[in-house]
Amino acid sequence: MEIESGGRKYSYSDTLLDSEEGQVIEAFRAANQQPYPDPAGWLDAEALPANVLLTTVDRVINWSRYRALWPVAFGLACCAIEMMCTAASRFDIARFGMEVFRASPRQADLLIIAGTLSWKMAPWLRRVYDQMPEPKWVLAMGACGTSGGIFKGSYSVVPGFNLVLPVDVYVPGCPPRPEALLDACIKIHEKIQKDRIVRKGGSQ
Amino acid sequence: MTAALSAPDLAARLEKEFPGAIVESNADSLVVDSVKLPDIASFLKNTPELDFDYLTNLTAVDYKEHFELVYHLLSISRNHSLTLKTRCYDRENPTVPSLVALWNAADLQEREVYDLFGIVFSGHPNMKRIFLWEGFPGYPLRKDFGDGV
Ligand code: SF4
Repeated sequence: MEIESGGRKYSYSDTLLDSEEGQVIEAFRAANQQPYPDPAGWLDAEALPANVLLTTVDRVINWSRYRALWPVAFGLACCAIEMMCTAASRFDIARFGMEVFRASPRQADLLIIAGTLSWKMAPWLRRVYDQMPEPKWVLAMGACGTSGGIFKGSYSVVPGFNLVLPVDVYVPGCPPRPEALLDACIKIHEKIQKDRIVRKGGSQ
Repeated sequence: MTAALSAPDLAARLEKEFPGAIVESNADSLVVDSVKLPDIASFLKNTPELDFDYLTNLTAVDYKEHFELVYHLLSISRNHSLTLKTRCYDRENPTVPSLVALWNAADLQEREVYDLFGIVFSGHPNMKRIFLWEGFPGYPLRKDFGDGV
């Protein structure tokens, strides 16, 4: 929308669009006040099921999944710099088959949320998550992901990503070092290896 | 280095042009009456030996009994700077004249001040929220925001 004022032209977003967006955000905020329970059941799950045939099938599928875990790029703030550092040559996430950061959620299995999430961004994070095909895993990076971090109690920041989606692994730190992020990725690998696809619809 | 103009000297000069418009002047800033703000700002911009062609920063402070608007002005050609301030005592409907017509830089920054303090800039072509979403309750940088929560 263009406005002419004082002999100059200004380009602005449409007011109607603004208020529609505002309604979406307010509704989302009101609907997401309770945290999703952490899918942490896999921590106590036994490593290997007994049946030989099914175990082998599970193993092959799990192996193929965790050896090529493609993250979707979702960098929101300072933590994203550490995530990029993890992907670069010194720490080299390619050692784990994870270097293919996808720009489209439809091609990714892992959502690394790196940074501070504001309520204005939260509905679109949820949309990215919903667009990812199953099976999918979520990694919350930094203190902001755990609790809101230094912005906890702020007027615009989501205090913990688990208000928006279920989180598999949290990485503490502000920002976490690349080693910590790699460790969290390995935890996700462990979780995938414990999955029993053939018997039930995947472990939680 | 950019030299900071001496506000008391400038105040004496402005007092001649705009009698009664200077509220206060001290070593680091010049406080003017908000009604006269556009005239004074345009004088500062258009007088050749002052030539404040660049608004580097615009912000606001909530002192509870009043809001203070802070304008950091710079002259690229003369290499000097000035901190210009104005006050707004109304908390219900705070209104200050917009300076967008003089410095385009004021466009987004006035919207930011409106977004976070609720100060309306009269004459701004598009006075609406910039960071927060439409429908956000209240103005978060006001000192009384979230009182009793
Ligand atoms: S946890 Fe710290 S480093 Fe990470 S996004 Fe939040 S403030 Fe930035």
